[in-house]
Amino acid sequence: MADPTDLSPGRPSAGRAPASSGSEAPPAIELRHVSKAFGTVQANRDVCLTVEAGTIHGIIGENGAGKSTLMSILYGFYEADSGEILIDGRPVAIRSSRDAIAAGIGMVHQHFMLVDTMTVVENIMLGAESGAILATGIEKARAELQRLERDYNLEVDPDALAGELPVGQQQRVEILKALYRGADILILDEPTGVLTPQETDQLFRILDSLRRQGVTVVLITHKLREIMAITDRVSVMRGGEMVADRATAETSKEELAELMVGRKVLLRVDKQAPRIGDTVLAVDDLSYVDRAGVARVNHVSFTVRAGEIVGVAGVSGNGQSELLELLSGIRPMTGGGFSLLGERFSPERPLDPSTMRAMHAAHVPEDRLRMGLVRSFAAEESAILGYHEDPLYTAGPFLRGEAIRADCAAKMRDFDVRPQAPVLKTANFSGGNQQKIVLARELSRAPRLLLVGQPTRGVDIGAIEFIHRNLVAMRDAGSAVLLVSVELDEIMSLSDRIVVMFEGRIVGEVPAAEANERLLGLMMANAATEEEARHKHPGLPGAIAVDPE
Amino acid sequence: MSAPAGAIPRWVDVALIPVVNIALAFLVSGVILWFIDVDPLAAVEIILYGAFGYDLAIGYTLYYTTNFVFTGLAVAVAFHAGLFNIGGEGQAYIGGLGAALGILAVDRFLPFYLVLPIAILLAAAFGAAWAAIPAYLQAYRGSHIVITTIMFNFIAAALMVYLMVNVLIQPGSMSPESREFAPSGQLPFMHEMLGWVGIEMTPSPLNLSVVWAALCCVAVWALIWHTRWGYAIRTVGANETAAVYAGIDPRRVIMLSMCISGALAGFLGINEVMGVHHRLLLNFTAGYGFTGIAVALMGRNHPVGIVLASLLFGMLYQGGAELAFEEPKVTREMVVTIQGLVILFSGALAFMMKGPIERAYLRLFGGRRAPAAQEA
Repeated sequence: MADPTDLSPGRPSAGRAPASSGSEAPPAIELRHVSKAFGTVQANRDVCLTVEAGTIHGIIGENGAGKSTLMSILYGFYEADSGEILIDGRPVAIRSSRDAIAAGIGMVHQHFMLVDTMTVVENIMLGAESGAILATGIEKARAELQRLERDYNLEVDPDALAGELPVGQQQRVEILKALYRGADILILDEPTGVLTPQETDQLFRILDSLRRQGVTVVLITHKLREIMAITDRVSVMRGGEMVADRATAETSKEELAELMVGRKVLLRVDKQAPRIGDTVLAVDDLSYVDRAGVARVNHVSFTVRAGEIVGVAGVSGNGQSELLELLSGIRPMTGGGFSLLGERFSPERPLDPSTMRAMHAAHVPEDRLRMGLVRSFAAEESAILGYHEDPLYTAGPFLRGEAIRADCAAKMRDFDVRPQAPVLKTANFSGGNQQKIVLARELSRAPRLLLVGQPTRGVDIGAIEFIHRNLVAMRDAGSAVLLVSVELDEIMSLSDRIVVMFEGRIVGEVPAAEANERLLGLMMANAATEEEARHKHPGLPGAIAVDPE
Repeated sequence: MSAPAGAIPRWVDVALIPVVNIALAFLVSGVILWFIDVDPLAAVEIILYGAFGYDLAIGYTLYYTTNFVFTGLAVAVAFHAGLFNIGGEGQAYIGGLGAALGILAVDRFLPFYLVLPIAILLAAAFGAAWAAIPAYLQAYRGSHIVITTIMFNFIAAALMVYLMVNVLIQPGSMSPESREFAPSGQLPFMHEMLGWVGIEMTPSPLNLSVVWAALCCVAVWALIWHTRWGYAIRTVGANETAAVYAGIDPRRVIMLSMCISGALAGFLGINEVMGVHHRLLLNFTAGYGFTGIAVALMGRNHPVGIVLASLLFGMLYQGGAELAFEEPKVTREMVVTIQGLVILFSGALAFMMKGPIERAYLRLFGGRRAPAAQEA
C-alpha cells in the first residue's frame, strides 16, 4: 500500500494556507528516516514526516501503528534507534522531555497531568517555579497566564482548583501549561476522547486560533471526522510505517480509513429493522448514592426489550458507568430497583454478578484492563473470568485444563483473535484483540441480556467494524442489548433507541432514527429543553421525551 | 506497543536472572571476605562441604530446608492473593502450640498413626486461626494486613511466654518447657527410618516432616494453578476489580488464602516440635518465618522455586555455621551478612539485572528470530 511518492517531504500544504510561514520557511518538524524497535518489535520503521509551521497536522493510524511511539520519540520519552529530527530546520537531539520543551515542543496527554488540589496558576507553574520564593513566582506566572489567555482566547479562571474544572477546561489548562513553557509546537494525543461535541467544537476553535497565532499543532487521533474537520494535512501510519501523507482537502474519510487498515472498511453499520420481543430488563426508579452523598444514578427508569439495542449517551462521568455496574451487580444499588427476566432486584434483594451470569445476562465492562481481563493471566484464563465455576471448565475443585484451552482456541477462531495463542499472556495482545477475548467470552453464550460498555474504546477501525457487526448479530438473535458509549457515532449507528444521561438522570429518550449529533449533544449538556427540541424538529412532535427536571 | 516480553524465553527470567543475582551476592560476599583476609574460594569450599559434603551436613541442610519450604509456601499462597503475610513467624509459633497441645493430650494412649493426623490438623488449625484474625481485620475492617500480621507476631511471642511460664511448664522444672512427648508423639528421624531399611546415617534433626513438606509443595502447586479456588485467589491478587466483576468475593478469598497460608506456616511446628525437640519450648521458630518471605520472593512464589530457594538458604544456614566454626575471622554476624546480601540481590534488587540480561540475550540471539507478531 505504501506509495513512496506520497512521502515527498516538504510538499507545500494544499489546505488552508498557513498564516505565519512564508513559502521559504523551514518546516516546524521534520523527521527523517526515524526507526525504533522494542526488542524484536519494530514500532517505527524508516518514518519520514514533515509538519509545516503554523499548520494543524493530523496523524492517524490504528492502535499499534506506531503513532504514539513516534510522538514519544519527538517528546523525548524514547530515543530513536536511527534517523534525524529537525525542528525549524535545525537538527536537534531530544533525549528527554526537558530537551523537547527547550526545543519548543509541548504535549497535551490523553490523560491530563494536573494536580487536582492545586489552582490553575499553580498547576501551570509547576516544574517552572522560577525561584525559591513561591509568591513572586505566582505573580509572574499569573501575569504571563493572563497574557496567554488574551493572546489565544483561552479563558480559564486562574484561581479555580484544577480538580473542580470541567474536563474541557482542564484540557485548556494543559494547553496553557505547554504554551507557558514556550511551546510553539503543540502535540495533542487523542484530545477529544473525553469531550462533548460542543466541547470538541470549542477545542477546535482554540486550535484554529493557535494556528492563526503561528503555533504548529500535531493532532493524534483515530477519529476521521476530526481529521477532516480541522487539519491542513494528514499523515497515515500503519504497521510502524508512514503509508501516506495527504492534504486534507484532497482526501476523504473512506480513503483514510482504507489507508489505515490496508483494506476497504465499512464505516456504516448495516442493520435490519429490529424484531422486538418481550421486556428483558425493566429499570424502575433505580438510584445509587455514593459515600460522599452524591447521587451518581438518580431515579432512573427505562426498559430494554429482546431484539433491540438501547444506547445510553452521555458525557463520560454522568452516571453511565455506575448504571452498568448497578445492573451487573458489581455496585450495590441504594434505591429503586430493576427486574431482570421478570425477577425483581432491589437494595433489599441485591443482584450479584454470579447470579446475573446464571440468569443468562452478560456484561462487557467499560474498561477491559481494569475489569474485563487479568493482564498477567494467560488468555485462556482471562477467557473464563466469571465462568470459572462453570461445570464446563471444572471437575470437582479442579479446573479442566484441556477443556479450557480447547474452548479458548475455539473462541479465538470464532472471533478472529490474533495471535490464536490461548497460552499467551493477556497483556501481550493488542487492545482490539483483548476486547475480542472479552466479547468472545460474553457473547458466545447467547445471553438474554447483554450489558455493553465502551465496546470499541481504544480499538482499531478493523476491529470496530467486527465488534459492531457482532453486537448487531446479538440483537438480531434476540438478545436485549444495553449499550453505553461516549462515542456518539457508535450510539447513533448501533442503537434502536437512545437515552441520554446527565448528572445521573435520564434527561431524554430519542428513537435512533430521529437522533442527530446536535440534538444529542445538547441533551448531553442538558441544554435542550422540550420546546427547543421540538422547535429543531417540528415534524416530530412528542418524539423527544425530556425529563421534566 | 507491547514490550518484547514474548521474545525473551521464560528460562532467562526464571532461571538465568536468579542465578546471576545469587552470583553477584556471592561476589560481593567474596570481596568482603577478602578484605578480612579470608580466602573467598576456601570459604566457598567450606560452605559447600559443610552443607553437602557428608551425611550429617546434608541432614542438617535438609532439616533447615524443610522449615523454609513451609514458611516460603505460606508467604507465596498469601502473595498470590495480593497479600503480604509477614506473620509467618507468629503463625508457625501458634501452629507449634496447636500440634503440641494435641500431642500432649493423646500421646500416652493413642498410636503414632493416629497422633500424627491430630497433630497435623491442630497445627494447621491453630496457624490458620492466628492468620484468620488479621485476615478478617483486612477483609471486613480495612486494617492493613502487613501491620496486623507483624503485630500478631509479637502477640504470639508474648502469649507463648505466658503459656510456657505459667501453664504448660512441666511441674517442678526450672526451664519453660513442656514434658517430653511419648514415643507415639514423636516423628521418626530420617536416620532412624533409613536404619530400618539398612542404610547407615549419622543422626541429624532431619525427620519425616520433610516428606510432608514435599507433599505440601505439590498440594500448593495444584491448588494455585489447577483448582477454581486457586483461580479465584490469583484473580483477586492480580486484579481485584476484575474479581468483583467475575462474581468472586475478595473478602472470602482473603480469608481463604490467609487461612491456607497460616496453616502452612503452622506446619513448621510439626517439624520443630514433633520432629526435633519432642516437647513444646520457647523460640523454636528462630526467624524461619521471616526468612520465608525472602524464600518466597526468590522462588517467585512457585513451589519449585521455593524448594530451590529453601535449599539455598538451608545451605547458607548449615554451611555458614560450618564457616563460622572453621574460620575464626568469620563471625556468626558475617554469615548473616552473606544471607542478607543474597536477600538483597535476589529480593530487593531482583530486577536490577533484568534489563541488561534481556538486552544481552537479544543481542546474542535476537537477530535470528523473525519479528514477533505481537501487534496482530
